[in-house]
Amino acid sequence: MGTILFELALTGYFVAVIIGIVDLFKGGKESSRLMISISAAGFILHTASILYRSFAGGHLPVASMHEAASFFAWCVVLIYFSLEYRYKIGIMGSFILPLVLMLMLTSAFLPRAIVPLSPVLRSHWLWIHTIFAFVSNAAFAVAFGVGTMYLMQEYYLKSKHLSGLFKRLPSLQVLDEINHKLINTGFPFLTMAIISGSLWAESAWGRFWSWDPKEVWSLITWLIYAVILHLRLTAGWRKKRAAILSVIGFIAVMFTFLGVNFLLKSAHTFQ
Amino acid sequence: MNFFVIGLNHKTASVEIRERLAFNGARLEKGLLALRQTRGVSEAALLSTCNRVEIYASADNAPEAADAIKDFLATFHDIARPEFEKTLYVREMSEAVRHVFRVASSLDSMIIGEPQILGQLKDAFEFALAKKTTGVILNRLMKKAISTAKRVRTETRIAENAVSISFAAVELAKKIFTGLPGKSFMLLGAGEMAELAARHLVNNGVTDVRVANRTYDRACELAKEFCGCAVRFEEFVSALVETDILICSTGAPSYVLFRDQMQKVMKQRKHRPVFIIDISVPRNIDPEINKIDNVYLYNVDDLQEVVDTNILERKKEAAKAEAIIEEEVEKFSHWAATLDSVPVIVALRQKADDIRREEIEKFRNRFPDLDKDKMDAVEGLANAITNKLMHNPTVALRESVEDREMMTIIIKKLYGIDGEDDE
Repeated sequence: MGTILFELALTGYFVAVIIGIVDLFKGGKESSRLMISISAAGFILHTASILYRSFAGGHLPVASMHEAASFFAWCVVLIYFSLEYRYKIGIMGSFILPLVLMLMLTSAFLPRAIVPLSPVLRSHWLWIHTIFAFVSNAAFAVAFGVGTMYLMQEYYLKSKHLSGLFKRLPSLQVLDEINHKLINTGFPFLTMAIISGSLWAESAWGRFWSWDPKEVWSLITWLIYAVILHLRLTAGWRKKRAAILSVIGFIAVMFTFLGVNFLLKSAHTFQ
Repeated sequence: MNFFVIGLNHKTASVEIRERLAFNGARLEKGLLALRQTRGVSEAALLSTCNRVEIYASADNAPEAADAIKDFLATFHDIARPEFEKTLYVREMSEAVRHVFRVASSLDSMIIGEPQILGQLKDAFEFALAKKTTGVILNRLMKKAISTAKRVRTETRIAENAVSISFAAVELAKKIFTGLPGKSFMLLGAGEMAELAARHLVNNGVTDVRVANRTYDRACELAKEFCGCAVRFEEFVSALVETDILICSTGAPSYVLFRDQMQKVMKQRKHRPVFIIDISVPRNIDPEINKIDNVYLYNVDDLQEVVDTNILERKKEAAKAEAIIEEEVEKFSHWAATLDSVPVIVALRQKADDIRREEIEKFRNRFPDLDKDKMDAVEGLANAITNKLMHNPTVALRESVEDREMMTIIIKKLYGIDGEDDE
């Protein structure tokens, strides 16, 4: 049952991404609308599959890489829809849904068995820490997509090459505003994730900080976003530079999420 | 009944001829009423704009009516027929329908996709409607022309892109800033194009307006016009700190704003984006300024290029529009064709009805004592038979389009309906 829901959600996102890509090259309002409806259907199925796993496993489904990637994707779609609802930028999905699909595919190729949670980790901190972590990661992921849109639109305007997506991308100001909001949300959530994580580490392993690769990389990510916010406030690093940094910041996010698990040994590595 | 268009436009006639044949002001009503009285014309509407004069009419004999209308134009405008006859086009039937749909959809306009023509056409028809010079065909045609134009507008992007420099500037501003309300704007210098662009910006909600000019009095004058405030020319650079959009059009022979000046300004305004439009020739703003982050500098050639690509895009969209129009012309012609078959159907039904009534009468005379119930039953039977027999030919007549003429002839022969056409 959980598997079927997951597969259906994945299919929904897959179709939405195909439409989204076609939409980039020769689309219009209709194809954007279709992309949004299909991804919304995927999102409902996805929500059902996560709820199903939560009840089957008895905890938030973030205990295996399969579950984590799927939950990450779910958070991205949630943020994407809240922005689409507020700003109605049809073409935004074409930039964000491919990320969702990548996360879902990563999830799909990993073992799906429901793994029992090791007793050390069974705590309310699981909820708190992971929700903070995933919401911040998802906000940064969406900021990456929006930052890319900003850089494209900025390129069109600067080069005076007003073809392609120029007409369908929204104004620079809107994109900058969304980007700013996302980083303003993601950053405190990441801060909370790191703090709650270290409190949890203290209660589970007796140490606040153990220089675990995941911890180090979260710290690097945190520093990058701290720099973005700092420069924005002091040096007026808005707009283009903020967009570039939000793209770079997301690379750090993805490395923290995937790279650490696959390349380095860490307490966060899933069994 | 035949529908036709007779007229001239900016492509066929020079402005001198268009002027002389235009129906302005009170002459429109006079012209329209006289037109309706013209020999052979049964419905008429009249469109007169600066780019075209067109008469839409229906008549039993279109070529004759068109000829009469040409005479009418000559006498009404007091101009010899040979002087304008060559500039006229006459279109009939589906050609005419296509023409009206293309005009309404702004495919026949000087600037493809410009929106005014639809309004002008609507006004022309409403006027004709009010003066009761139209009938079934023109009324339906107008409704369809409007709905076709709307379809074209929503299904293609024919009217989406700016095709004038001043509108292109507004369009670009909207891609840099979320909305223009609340944005500040400075006009540096003066000039027709710059003032037009300024007016468009103000119409789009720019509120905070400044005007700088070498002659301060002129600045004050223009500032009043835009409800803004005047700035001394020497102070315009410092005023840039508070300016989001700058339109520059001074007569200066060289640059009035340089890169290092602008860099300082950007620092002071904390790198909030600035959109600069340099309409002056020679250019007044150092093109190097475009290299500064968050400054978007466009000169008159850049804007012209935007306009050119937009016009090209409109032409591409026009092809899509033509397909939509073809579809609608087809539908309309189909409807118009059903009008023609109506007289035959009526005659056929009439004939069947006459036969039925006659036979019933004979039957009644032969059996005068038959009780009412039975008589009713017999009448019912006769009704059912005639209706059933008439059903298929009626439907066939109504639905045939290509072979209607042949069908009509056959039906007339088969049922012995008299030769008189229509009416």
